[in-house]
Amino acid sequence: MQPDDFEFLARLLKERSGLVLTKDKGYLVENRLMPLVRTRRHRGIVDMVAALRAGEPALAEAVVEAMMAKDTGFFRDWKPFEHFRSVVLPNLIAARRARRAFRILCAGVSTGQEAYSLAMILAARGDALEGWQAEIVGIDLSAAAVAAAAAGLYSQFDVQRGLPIRGLLAHFRKEDDSWRIAEDLRTRAAFKTWNLLDDLFPLGRFDVVLCRNVLPYFDMQTKFAVLQKLGRSMTDDGVLYVGLQEPLAGVSASFQPVDVRLGIYAAHRPDIARLRSLAAVPAG
Amino acid sequence: MKRCLIVDDSRIIRRVAAKIMFELGFEPDEAENGRKALEAARVRMPDVAIVDWDMPVMDGLAFVVELRRLPEGGKPRVIFCTAENEVQFIERALAAGADEYIMKPFDSEIVRSKLTILGALD
Repeated sequence: MQPDDFEFLARLLKERSGLVLTKDKGYLVENRLMPLVRTRRHRGIVDMVAALRAGEPALAEAVVEAMMAKDTGFFRDWKPFEHFRSVVLPNLIAARRARRAFRILCAGVSTGQEAYSLAMILAARGDALEGWQAEIVGIDLSAAAVAAAAAGLYSQFDVQRGLPIRGLLAHFRKEDDSWRIAEDLRTRAAFKTWNLLDDLFPLGRFDVVLCRNVLPYFDMQTKFAVLQKLGRSMTDDGVLYVGLQEPLAGVSASFQPVDVRLGIYAAHRPDIARLRSLAAVPAG
Repeated sequence: MKRCLIVDDSRIIRRVAAKIMFELGFEPDEAENGRKALEAARVRMPDVAIVDWDMPVMDGLAFVVELRRLPEGGKPRVIFCTAENEVQFIERALAAGADEYIMKPFDSEIVRSKLTILGALD
């Protein structure tokens, strides 16, 4: 690929999504764009970039969509989910007992496995959440990924990564060689196409936010802006989960670390005295 | 080093699984059917067993039932690894004593995931 074509694509991606494409990612561009080159019947990536430069709007959207990282899985890295199950969820149930409601945001949800993993944890609480409004909202820039998440249909490979076999039997129904999330879980999560560069205010406030394996794709300026928006969209005692070993020190003052190794942060509200974070280990 | 026993009548599958398990920190032993696997388990009970279903002489289901009857037969984490992907097969395998289930085809990521779920990786 010609350097100026690469730079053109990198600029397009940064403008539309905030994602940063560094020069060492040339292989990634080819891997992700060649299927699009074939379906659109271009002669090659160079030819497709020429069409982009000519201003084909639908093509620009398709290219950005194709470049979006889609690597995700059920209970990915599992320890943050165990932390949610054993620490944050009991705290949520105690702290929100009067309102009987809480909201969770999965930012960069891709094809939905993260949101459904949380839904499975909530389902396992059974009667403890009877009558509660426990809302899971998943957002992603990729319309295709959001549509796939809403459909809740996964391949045999997908459902064997991170998911215990008993969880598969309990929460999925087999459809030919694919597996669809059971309806009662599918309706626990709502998915929207949303750009993290845009204002998150219309989505409302969240008690728990997951933004895992998303921030490393942004430059520092964008990372700061996104974290600031996430911080403003959280409750004062809210919890943020980022990817493992994604330190936020020096990046954002909106959060204070709970467990940097596991990517767990609490909303930073220094003006509120005696605030007990949802990430605090329950007493007893 | 932890030991795993790979039970499959396909030499290719045994080789692939052995390589994956070795890279995950296990010393692999192999058996081409359930009877030979039982003989191996009597000599040295493995920490993990990866078991195919359809094999001559003794199939995977019969092997797991007999394995669990052996002294220390409750010790191994048993993962079925088979092309059978219908719910009824999964339920039968779990009822017979399997702890996890892999539907072929599989890759190293799936094996790692199952071992993590079982707490079998350090």
